[in-house]
Parts: sequence; C-alpha cells; structure tokens
Amino acid sequence: MLRALAFRALSLGLSLVVASVVIFGMLQGVPGDPAAFMLGTGARPDTVAALRAELGLEGGLVARYLDWVGGLLRGDLGVSYTYRVPVSGLVLDRIGVSAPLALYALLLTVVVAIPVGLVAAANRGGAADWGVMGATQLGIAVPNFWFAMLLVLLFAVTLQWFSAGGFPGWGDPLAAIKALTLPAVALALPQASILARVLRSALLDTLDADYVRTARAKGLSRRGVLLRHALRNALIPVLTILGLQFSFLLAGAIIIENVFFLPGLGRLIFQGITQRDLIVVQSVTMLLVAAVICVTFLVEVAYAWADPRLRR
Amino acid sequence: MRALWIGALLAGAAGLAALVSLVWLPGEVARVDVGSRLQGMSASHWLGTDHLGRDLAAMLMAGARTSIAVALLAVGIGMAFGVPLGLLAAARRGSWLDEVVMRGNDLIFAFPSLVIAILITAVFGPSAVNAILAIGLFNVPVFARVARGGALPLWTLDFVAAARVAGKGAGLISVQHVLPNVANLLIVQATIQFSLGILAEAALSYVGLGAQPPTVSWGRMLAEAQTMIYVAPMLAVLPGVAIVGTVLGLNLLGDGLRDLLDPRLRRGRA
Repeated sequence: MLRALAFRALSLGLSLVVASVVIFGMLQGVPGDPAAFMLGTGARPDTVAALRAELGLEGGLVARYLDWVGGLLRGDLGVSYTYRVPVSGLVLDRIGVSAPLALYALLLTVVVAIPVGLVAAANRGGAADWGVMGATQLGIAVPNFWFAMLLVLLFAVTLQWFSAGGFPGWGDPLAAIKALTLPAVALALPQASILARVLRSALLDTLDADYVRTARAKGLSRRGVLLRHALRNALIPVLTILGLQFSFLLAGAIIIENVFFLPGLGRLIFQGITQRDLIVVQSVTMLLVAAVICVTFLVEVAYAWADPRLRR
Repeated sequence: MRALWIGALLAGAAGLAALVSLVWLPGEVARVDVGSRLQGMSASHWLGTDHLGRDLAAMLMAGARTSIAVALLAVGIGMAFGVPLGLLAAARRGSWLDEVVMRGNDLIFAFPSLVIAILITAVFGPSAVNAILAIGLFNVPVFARVARGGALPLWTLDFVAAARVAGKGAGLISVQHVLPNVANLLIVQATIQFSLGILAEAALSYVGLGAQPPTVSWGRMLAEAQTMIYVAPMLAVLPGVAIVGTVLGLNLLGDGLRDLLDPRLRRGRA
C-alpha cells in the first residue's frame, strides 16, 4: 500500500512538472512581444525594454521558467500585463464563481444520476430502463453550451424566472445561487447522463455476482440486495468516473461561463487570450491542470482504499 | 440492431448533407443580403434566413461539412499515431518502450483536453487546422490504449506463435495478424471519437477558436444566434438540433457496431 502510494505520488509530481513545462513552452511560442504590444507601435525602445524587465520577460528561458514555477509554489502567479495587479488576486476573485459552479454541477450530477441509475438497473429491460437509456443517450449527445442556450430561451426569455446571465456576487447568497442554477443544470446534464449509465452497467455487473445470488438465497429482497450489496460495489467505478468528470466540469465551466457572462476563471482565460495577457493564461491554465491532476490522484488513492484488491 | 439502423440513418443524413454541400447548396452562405434577413420558412428559403439574410438550410449543410471534416481528420490523426504506438507497445510488452508509450498516454489523459485545446488554438491562432490538431492530439492516447489492450491477448495465441515460428518479425506480425483482429475495436472507438470530435469542434468554434469566417460552422452559428436569442430563437435551435442529431447518430452507430462486431456482447443488448 505504502509503496503503491509512493509510486502514485511520484507520478503525480512528474505529471505536474511535465504539465508546467508544456504550458510554459507553449506560451513562450506565442509570436510577438507583450511589452511592445502593450505600448503600441510608437513606443521608444528603452521604454519597451524597461517594461520587459518589469514584466519579468528578461533573462533566459530556463531562468524565466524556474522563476515562474518558484512563484507558483509560493502562491505568486505573476503580475497581469493588462491590469498591472497580481494574477493571484484576479484568480481569488474569480474562483469564488467557478468553484461553487463546478461543485453545484457535481452535486446535481450525483443527485440525479444515482436514483436514475438505480431505477434503470432495478427494472432491467423494462420500460423505465428503456426510458432512462434513451434519455441519457440524448443527454450525452447534447452540447452543454447549447443546452444552456435552450435553458435561457425557456427560463429567461419565455418564462422570465431567471436572468439570462450575469452574477450579482455573494453579498446576497440566494441571488448568487439562483444565478448559478441554470449554468449548473447545463453543466450537469451530460455528466449525469454518463454517470447514470455507468452506475446502471456497474449495478448490472454486480447483480450477476455470486454474493448477490447468495444474499438473495438468504431471503433478502431484491431492493435490499440492490441497495445493500450491489450499490456499494458499483460505487467504485462511479467514483472513478466522478473524478474524471471533475476535469470535464472545469473545462465545461469555461465554455458555460461565456454563455451566462459569469465572471469566473474561464472568462479570465478568454480575456487573457484576447488581451494577450499571457501570464494570466499561463498561470490560470496551470492552476486548472494542476487541480485536475490532483483530483485524479486523490481518486486513485480513494480507489485503492475502497478496493482492497488494488492495494498491492 | 435498431440502434445501428437509427444511428446509420442520422449519421448518414449528416454525411450526405456534407457531401452534397460540396457541389450544391440550396442558397447563399457567404453573401450578406440584409434586405431578406430573419425570414421564415418558404419555398426559396426552406428553413428561413439568419440575421444577415443568409439561407439557413444552406448554412446547416455547409456547417455539416466543417464539423465532419474537422472531426474526421482529428480521428485520422489519432489513428495514424495511436494505433502504431499501441501495437508496438503490445508487441514489446513490458519493455521500456511499452512503459514510455503508456506513461506518455497517462500524461495526456491527465490534462483536461478542452482546456489544452483552447490553449493550443489560442497560442497558434484560431483556425480549423489548429482545431483539428488540438482534437487529434487527444485522440492519440485513446487509440493507443485500445490498440494495445486489444493486441495484448492476441500475442499469446497460437496463430501468432505460428507466425513467429515462420520467422516473421514483430512488425510484420502486428500488421498481418494482430491489426486485422483489433480492427473491430478500432472501428467502434473511431465512431465514438468521431462524435466527441464533433462536440469538441462545436465548442471550439462556439468560443471563436474553431473555423474562421467565411467558413460556416455549427458552433459559430450558435454563437451568433446567442446575441439574437430574444429576436430570433429559431436561429439558436436549428444548429443545435443538427449537432445533437449527428452526435446521437454516431453514438448509436458505435453501440450498434459494437454489438454487431462482438458476438459476446449480443446477450446484454436489452
């Protein structure tokens, strides 16, 4: 167990290092000089040079990389080219939208997918099962940003129950949660469809297992077996998929934030791209990738903890 | 079997629309004609016109061409690099080569693909080609994994041993004996990656990082429709229906093909 954990931790560290090198390398390949871009074409060469020094663009590639990574480890994400404020401050402002949105969507995913998967598995081959399989097949095929537009069309334009976008801030928590509801529903639909299907097939697999037959033979009801024996074992693949879904939720949130004009990390990345504020793009992307890699690591550890067979 | 037919029908319709659009379109997609904007359905404009007076039916057909071309080429990249890597890793099972290929794959899997795709297109400029490369890159480890997983058990079988005795090398055996036996798995995976590619292309062009004007794409049609959602809701509905129809068709086709090609799975079709 300890050896496996050490190996996993090593591979986690390696993934983070490679990720940082790839992201840094890619953004260094961007044509054009940010300092020259910011000052315009009429700038004097010495002004540009001074700004380059201020932005930390001087020095060799390796030195700048080490400088950036060292900063990241200390919580210093660099200084935004456009706003001239620390990127960490911008991130802290925005993460208060993106993180609750991703968690809200994850919660909706679980709350919808688990009962739906259970019902489908309990009625294997029946009408409910067919209905669930058909609906989830459709849910997987719907792009979440388009589903978001349909939600806006129905709930904001036609019924006027929700606003079409924007975020009022956490000063009024109810209004904030309301503003995140349509985006979270849009994010959750495809994920819930996938999770319900995974849970159904995992349940069907465990229902064929010997211990389930034994439990039935001992006189346990179908429902009792499903909840007490099958569900517990089916949760292992469900946990894995949930971990993977975190990555999709993060990426999906970037797109969805654009649909609803939410001031989250995704909008920050896009603003960084259009304003050529590359340090923002670089640091925020690294944060997102690091978050995904760490969650994957935690899921693998949890997986080994939940399934003794994997503890070798 | 029903899934296979419905899937083939839906995906085939999108494919046919894309093919026909190469030689004929029911209206103008490039020329702006503000005088005839936001028209309803009519004989001259089957599905009406958009806010710039362009024919919607024609735009949907031209959009099918973009989506399918991008997703198909991305699948091609994934197979061209992933399958040889996977077969090689299986042939040299347990060697450093196998280790390098599989760890490299793990690494790509660890990245949130859409975030990196956004980064690639942002750095190298938004274009259909960069969208293809970004989506294709993430297809490589998928095909490598499927090819390796399918090939590994084959290497223990008698016909491979016979080929070895006959003096064939690992490369020749991989191509002549292993590849035909993993082709089923690869075809099914290709269908799934194709549908994921269509979704990814739509998302990238929706945020302005895919095909650029004047190339028509479903994702950008949706982005343009969003600003008009109060005035012309139909503009926001039709491209989405096209995406869902195509993706749903490909997914059903993939499921159907898997059942058809793998007799062991036929039992659990209900």
